[in-house]
Amino acid sequence: MTVRDGQERGGEDVAPPPFPPAGPGPAGPGPAGGKGGDDGYRPSARRIARERYRRTRTRRAFAVASASTLLTAGALYALIVNSPGWQRTRQTFFDAHYARISLHPILHGLWLNLRLLAVCGAIVLVAGLLMALLRTLRGPVFFPVRALATAYVDFFRGLPLIICILLCVFGIPALRLTGVTNNPVLLGAFALCLTYTAYVAEVFRAGIESVHPSQRAAARSLGLSNAQAMRYVVLPQAVRRVVPPLLNDLVSLQKDTGLVSIGGAVDAVYAAQIIASRDFNYTPYVIAGLIFVAITIPMTRFTDWVAARMNRRQSQGGAV
Amino acid sequence: MSAIGPKSGTADGPEPALRAEPVLRMEAVRKTYGGTVVLRDIALEVPAHTVTALIGASGSGKSTLLRCANLLEDVDDGAILLDGQDITDPRTDVDEVRRRIGVVFQAYNLFPHMTVLDNITLAPRRVHKEPREQAEGRARELLERLGLADRAHEYPDRLSGGQQQRVALLRAVATRPRLLLLDEITAALDPELVGEVLAVVRDLKEEGMTMVIATHEMAFAREVADQVCFLDGGIVLERGTPAEVFGAPSRQRTQEFLRRITEAGRL
Ligand SMILES: Nc1ncnc2c1ncn2[C@@H]1O[C@H](COP(=O)(O)OP(=O)(O)O)[C@@H](O)[C@H]1O
Ligand SMILES: [Mg+2]
Repeated sequence: MTVRDGQERGGEDVAPPPFPPAGPGPAGPGPAGGKGGDDGYRPSARRIARERYRRTRTRRAFAVASASTLLTAGALYALIVNSPGWQRTRQTFFDAHYARISLHPILHGLWLNLRLLAVCGAIVLVAGLLMALLRTLRGPVFFPVRALATAYVDFFRGLPLIICILLCVFGIPALRLTGVTNNPVLLGAFALCLTYTAYVAEVFRAGIESVHPSQRAAARSLGLSNAQAMRYVVLPQAVRRVVPPLLNDLVSLQKDTGLVSIGGAVDAVYAAQIIASRDFNYTPYVIAGLIFVAITIPMTRFTDWVAARMNRRQSQGGAV
Repeated sequence: MSAIGPKSGTADGPEPALRAEPVLRMEAVRKTYGGTVVLRDIALEVPAHTVTALIGASGSGKSTLLRCANLLEDVDDGAILLDGQDITDPRTDVDEVRRRIGVVFQAYNLFPHMTVLDNITLAPRRVHKEPREQAEGRARELLERLGLADRAHEYPDRLSGGQQQRVALLRAVATRPRLLLLDEITAALDPELVGEVLAVVRDLKEEGMTMVIATHEMAFAREVADQVCFLDGGIVLERGTPAEVFGAPSRQRTQEFLRRITEAGRL
């Protein structure tokens, strides 16, 4: 080997140091004094003036934002409270008594929604990936498989979820097949899986197709088989890219679990409905809705966090 | 001694009978895309432990020739023989052939989701079923030699272009291929990074690696190649030692090409 030190230096010099000490962000921790290099650096008057200006600007922006938010909220409040039907609306939709008595049954029903989310979510991820992989199979032998997978996705992506649930919950028992359940929860879950697998398959497929063909070529020229190239090179990159849209679909699945109530399963929505129709008060619906929103928000934030973390860890496709 | 070079022993031992057989031989290879003929009647012999440089203008078919040799493309006619085996036979096990050939492309094509070490050990571990420790030990040894040991756990996008391309070279030779194909591996690099990559190729030659190199670095081709092929419009217009092709080109097209290159300051 003749790669000598001088040679390496060449490479070393060009490579940036592991990390430059933070960016020159305006929100930087003020004049850094002589830190980060003992070269006797003192921030100039110009830099200090600039940073002072930026701080004032930030303070002013914050004040403006707060004032405008308060004003908007106040205006909305006044508008609603002064509307002619407000008294009546408050009694029907925002009644503390009904909120209290409905909370327990709703939370009880919510447990069913959460279990549905966990089970259907897991099934949908696996089945969706499988379906996407089936659509990438090459070769004439697999033509029927490809065609079926494509037909499945096209059909269930277009079929409204509510119709899918109705057909499953009421149609399947009507067939009177032996050994097939009549349980509306299971049938509803099945319908959810059918529809969401189609969505998720498309997300995975988009991810697989977004990986540049040169990556597959590189893997194949290393001697990896088609399946190995998919497993070790294409899929890991594809899955990383589609994590945010996938989580998005899971959030959506989570609220759609409420639709199994149309088959008679007592979930959070149906629990609210029972009280609402008994007492002609819609407060339970509001409570159920708020609870769904409340558990969706953490999931949405989690999605954002995962996406941000992945972007930090490695910018995708940098080398493609 | 040779950590990078091809597997010593059986295949390229000094048996005189095998010696005569070139590692790569192309016979009347023809390749078209749609109606366009890209390679026409290509004949080429690459003896073991030699370096063949492919030169020629952009679009003359260098990349296509290398892609055919690696079976990334099917040829229309003719035959390509690897160690005497006709690999253009449709019954050939493509994966098995590719295991014997290493390739480095112009754009580095490192896997961005894997660390440098994982990039290098992927094929040894998954294709050649080497145990992890063995594959990683060798990868570290190779990285050490190129002064990249401290980069083993970095992701490719944290490396300079020259470092990425050197890692790509290591990845290609980590499985001790019989033949190495390099397609303009310095073309995407800043000029000051070209040297460090070419130095690795020089080392590989010293260790006896058989290589076919498509390149625009004429000075390098002249220095390192045993054989130079000038491609023009899909045919090998001129073939010979560097001294012959660069020193006394017999064809006018070759002379013109070399003059253009010289004017661009690359010779
Ligand atoms: N996939 C392709 N489809 C159609 N034409 C192609 C394809 N790849 C290469 N070509 C054509 O083949 C010719 C040779 O290309 P290439 O082998 O890349 O040349 P070089 O590497 O010498 O620059 C060019 O005219 C190019 O346009
Ligand atoms: Mg090319």
